[in-house]
Amino acid sequence: MNVGLEHFLTVGALLFGLGIFAVMTRRNAVGLLMGVELILNAANVNFVAFARYVEHGLDGQVVAAFVIVLAAAEAAVALAIVLAMFRNFGTVHVDAVSRLQR
Amino acid sequence: MTDNAVLQTALTILLLPIVSYVILFFLGRRLPRQGDWLGVGLLGIAWLLALRIFFHFWGLNDPGYRVEGVWRWLDLGTFRIDAGILVDGMTAVMLVVVTTVSFLVHLFSTGYMHGEKRYERYFAFLGFFTFSMLGIVLANSLFFLYVFWELVGLASYLLIGFFFFRPSAAAANKKAFLTNRVGDFGFFFGILTLFTACGTFNYLELFAKVNQGALAGSVLTWAGIGLFMGCVGKSAQAPLHIWLPDAMEGPTPVSALIHAATMVAAGVYMVARLLPLFDPNALLVVAYVGAITAFLAATIALVKTDIKKSLAYSTISQLGYMVMAIGVGGAAAGMFHLTTHAFFKALLFLGAGSVIHAVHTQEMPEMGGLRHKMPITFWTFLIATLAISGVPLFSGFYSKDAILGSALAFAMLKPGHFVPFALALAAAGLTAFYMFRMVFLTFMGKPRDHHRYEHAHESPWVITAPLVLLAFLSIVSAGWHGPADGWFARFVGPYDLARITAAQAGHAAMAPVVAATHATDQASGHAAAGEAAGGGHGAAAGHDAHAVEVHRKAHKIAMYLSILVAGTGIWLSWLTYQKKRISAPAILARLPRLHHVLQNMYFFDQFYAATVYRGTLGWAWLCGWFDRTVVDGIVNGCGYLTRFTSWVVGLFDLHGVDGFVNGIAWVLQGTGEGLRRVQTGRVQTYLVFVCFSVVLLIFVFRAL
Repeated sequence: MNVGLEHFLTVGALLFGLGIFAVMTRRNAVGLLMGVELILNAANVNFVAFARYVEHGLDGQVVAAFVIVLAAAEAAVALAIVLAMFRNFGTVHVDAVSRLQR
Repeated sequence: MTDNAVLQTALTILLLPIVSYVILFFLGRRLPRQGDWLGVGLLGIAWLLALRIFFHFWGLNDPGYRVEGVWRWLDLGTFRIDAGILVDGMTAVMLVVVTTVSFLVHLFSTGYMHGEKRYERYFAFLGFFTFSMLGIVLANSLFFLYVFWELVGLASYLLIGFFFFRPSAAAANKKAFLTNRVGDFGFFFGILTLFTACGTFNYLELFAKVNQGALAGSVLTWAGIGLFMGCVGKSAQAPLHIWLPDAMEGPTPVSALIHAATMVAAGVYMVARLLPLFDPNALLVVAYVGAITAFLAATIALVKTDIKKSLAYSTISQLGYMVMAIGVGGAAAGMFHLTTHAFFKALLFLGAGSVIHAVHTQEMPEMGGLRHKMPITFWTFLIATLAISGVPLFSGFYSKDAILGSALAFAMLKPGHFVPFALALAAAGLTAFYMFRMVFLTFMGKPRDHHRYEHAHESPWVITAPLVLLAFLSIVSAGWHGPADGWFARFVGPYDLARITAAQAGHAAMAPVVAATHATDQASGHAAAGEAAGGGHGAAAGHDAHAVEVHRKAHKIAMYLSILVAGTGIWLSWLTYQKKRISAPAILARLPRLHHVLQNMYFFDQFYAATVYRGTLGWAWLCGWFDRTVVDGIVNGCGYLTRFTSWVVGLFDLHGVDGFVNGIAWVLQGTGEGLRRVQTGRVQTYLVFVCFSVVLLIFVFRAL
């Protein structure tokens, strides 16, 4: 089978969709963060795919490297927030953090 | 005296009593002896001034002379009422009568009312009455006559009800005032009729206008009868005489002043003064009413045992005489009798007061033999009785004779109208009878109540002096002749006689009345020389030479008849009450029904109670029912209607307005509830919204 750009993009889109789904529906905060990672990595796949199939497309790979760092930093911060959440609410269940709910 | 002096003196006489009233009413209690000396003094001065005017007119010897003073009182351009006084011979005589009796009553009262509560008020009211009475005498217009007429009624009310804490006195003064009011209603009607036709209230202008024919026929007759109604009420003529006997509830000096000598005479004076306004038909009514009253009252006086009530009926009877005299054409005779009657009736009442003061009872059956204990009272009372009975040499004889003569002449000139004369003659006999009955029962014979007799004593000088003076006047006012040729003719001209007789007998039209030449400028007065003594009299003289002849004959016959009748009355009275040959109780026992009727005063009071009082009360009840049921029903109904409307409106407010407001709130709340769900507080939800919005925007903007 001839693997073209579209196949990578599709995979990226699927991963993105799964990530969105995970963010939308996971009750566990850590699971939610996993979804966020999925979204970021889907974007990475997209970038790298474009870098492979476009001439002089090393920019994509550079961006992917940035994104990975960014994801890491973001994950650290997010987990710090989850930790603070756990300290305040005693749980990582996202539904418990609904004090802004009217 | 100049005319101005006459007017000023008259004005002073008018105002002195009201000054007495004002001072005594407000300051009386603080004065020594409560100011009775002030009342007596002011009235004494008024009396002297009245005598001054009297002798001035005496000297003038001109019955047509008059002085009128007019002041502008109310001037609205088209409508104008002037205040003024009119002083002529009749006025001069009346001034003396009123002030003399009032002064003597003031003096008498210092003894009689000694120690009474509200003593100063009594003298104040006497002054107020005298002022009002003088106002009637001096008035020159119907308007002010009516004003003072009412004031005199008020004074009578205050004085009859002086002992207001007695229910009988309180009822009596109300009765007097209301009965008067009935008469005054007719009086007012007469005044208004005349004013509407002639446009003026002034006497002289009215006389001129009526003479020129401003009013005629039945309208004039009814106006005259209307005016006469005032006399019927005030002078206690039948059928409005019922108040006078009840008025005896007042103190005896008050009875003497008001209900014998002066106020009741006001009606007679008014008719005499306004004579030109009465046409022959009205005068016929006057004559009959007077004659019937004279006879009726005399019959009632026969059976009364209370000395004051008997005198009251005697007064009604004598007033009937005066009224009748005017009606039959003897206006001068009527006024002459008014003068003499004032003196001897006041004397009779004051004498009765002296007796009551001594024995403390008013019932004659409890008296007797007082002539030994109270000689002055007895002799003066006897003189008055002789006068009223019409015994020659006493004043009453001449005045009564003049009246009877006029009545007989009237009967002769107008055949068929003999009733007034017959009734008057019968009344004369009855008068002699019951007056001497009074003397015999009170002063002669043996005392019937020894306890009272023992305590009786002659009264002090303040009481007996007025009695003596009045006795003197009762003799002297005769002047040895009657109104046509005696001292009275200097004051009240015989032109009344001639003129009215001519009209009565149907001869010529009414003689021209004195032309209206009175003054109308402010605060001045000048005499209008009456042409009555001259031209007017002359014009009528030719027509009534026959009438004058008839008069002379009639006077002679009447004189003999009156002496006969009076003598018979006195003799019968002597037989019955002194000699006891005729037994009064036996006669009364044989005529029980007559006695019953007389004792109940012909049932006038009962008749009025059954008709007028019941009718008025029934009408009042009907009006009350209307007010309670219909008027209050409407008012309450409006209330209910308002409340009902409010309730309906309230419904709208409750459900409509409140519902609307609540509805909005409900909608908002629902919306809020709904929108609240957006804020889940969960990030995931917000993320969903974001993604959803992104998808939406992609499709909106077709970014892809």
